Amino acid sequence: MKRRQFIQALGMGAMLGTVASRASGASQARPRVVVVGAGYGGATAARYLSLWSAGRIDITLVEPNPAFISCPLSNLVLGGSRRLEDLTISYDGLASRSGITMVRELATGIEPDKRTVMLGNGKTLRYDRLILSPGVDFLYDRLPGMRQPGARERILHAWKAGEQTVALRRQLEAMDDGQDFLISIPQAPYRCPPGPYERACQVAHYFKQAKPKSRVILLDGNEDVVSKGALFKKVWAERYPGIVDYRPSFNTVDVDAKSLTVVSELGEEVSGAVINLLPPQAAGSIAAGAGLANANRRWCEVDFLSFESTQASHIHVLGDAIQVAPLMPKSAHMANQHAKVCAAAIIELLADRPPPAHPLLTNTCYSFVSDQDVIHVASVHSYDAQKKTLIAVPGSGGLSAAPNALEGRYAMDWARNIWADTLL
Amino acid sequence: MASTLIANARLAIVLAVLAAQYPGASQAQAGDDAGRRLYASCAGCHGTEGKTAPGSSLPPLAGQSRDALVASMKAFQDGSRPSTIMQQLAKGYSSDQIDLIAGYLAQLKN
Repeated sequence: MKRRQFIQALGMGAMLGTVASRASGASQARPRVVVVGAGYGGATAARYLSLWSAGRIDITLVEPNPAFISCPLSNLVLGGSRRLEDLTISYDGLASRSGITMVRELATGIEPDKRTVMLGNGKTLRYDRLILSPGVDFLYDRLPGMRQPGARERILHAWKAGEQTVALRRQLEAMDDGQDFLISIPQAPYRCPPGPYERACQVAHYFKQAKPKSRVILLDGNEDVVSKGALFKKVWAERYPGIVDYRPSFNTVDVDAKSLTVVSELGEEVSGAVINLLPPQAAGSIAAGAGLANANRRWCEVDFLSFESTQASHIHVLGDAIQVAPLMPKSAHMANQHAKVCAAAIIELLADRPPPAHPLLTNTCYSFVSDQDVIHVASVHSYDAQKKTLIAVPGSGGLSAAPNALEGRYAMDWARNIWADTLL
Repeated sequence: MASTLIANARLAIVLAVLAAQYPGASQAQAGDDAGRRLYASCAGCHGTEGKTAPGSSLPPLAGQSRDALVASMKAFQDGSRPSTIMQQLAKGYSSDQIDLIAGYLAQLKN
């Protein structure tokens, strides 16, 4: 061997040794992040942790459902222009990402002191950082009639896309022309502020073609339409006159599943052939059960730099379960944005560095007022270090001027791209 | 010996490339990381890392020139470029943030 070759070999070996030992050390001590819930929040968090750490983090994603079903666009299934299959996406792409292991189980509890998550199969998972994206639970205990046998099979929410979406569509199809469809809307905050009003448009769109004498009666627990109010009211007046009947300040406190009657706080009673009851909501039970729902015992307060719970360290909460900052809707798009801020923060925190100081989040929400035409609401939220909260950037954000088909196309672009961004 | 050397060299190159991708390590990368994180707020509509999903009608942003991207955002901000939603969103970003996002997208391959 010539001297130069020997030196090269030595140098190469030393370099390889260094890198290899660092690599194997890293693989032995790869930090572990457990993500509970693979909806828009949790799936995006897993995806971006994988993407931004280049597989250096061991990510376990816990989700009991076999596939992702999108809540956005699910009102179109009720309107008849989409099938649930169109909104269903396999988790296979996400599960194949570097560093991600999917576990098809329900997470049943958390032990913050031990940093473990319990699963339905009796196993436990240890974490360095835990991300909860549990969505919402329904507060049926506030509606005595919903405790009656069979009530929850007859009166559907269809507020988590899936079987109930299809079942509610069947109930609509089974109605006679001239019968009424009721939507009971809870007081804000609830998942997807414009969703109930988009649903009214979709059902009205279906009635206009198939049951022109039927009405959609909106019984709204709020004093006025919560989101895109002027636009929705104009659509109802111009496109669905005599079909959509909007009744504000109707706070539903009970329901009779036999007579299909909804009862308000003031004792008013309204009956219909089909009742779609959107129950009052709170953070998903795994978060509430761990004591993280520290805002009105309903929502989980977080540090908006990292989405770490203000109640328990090393646990981050995303999506509809959090206590939002002013003007931040509980939307799928926002959950996707929470997840990215959280993923960036966790990568820094695992390296003993502070989270990035200037997170920026957007919201984009499209509502279909027919099978083609859409209206949007948009906003941008940046971190205010003095107030330690997210604020809507002054001068940004806004609404569509009027329903239009161009934004119908953009809404589908949004769906394709956010599904890929979240799941593929 | 020669073949071992070549194999070692190849492995070293692969590992060096991997090490270069190790994020958050150097000062030079701080700007890239900030641009990458900021762009993630756009990815819901414009696609992960500036690449749109199949069937999307939006033009991919990855690989567009920095100047063109900055000019588009400024035109959305001042209303000279007509839009539905972008003028409302563009007004939420500062010039520095737009520069970081444009710089990040421009160095990506489409």
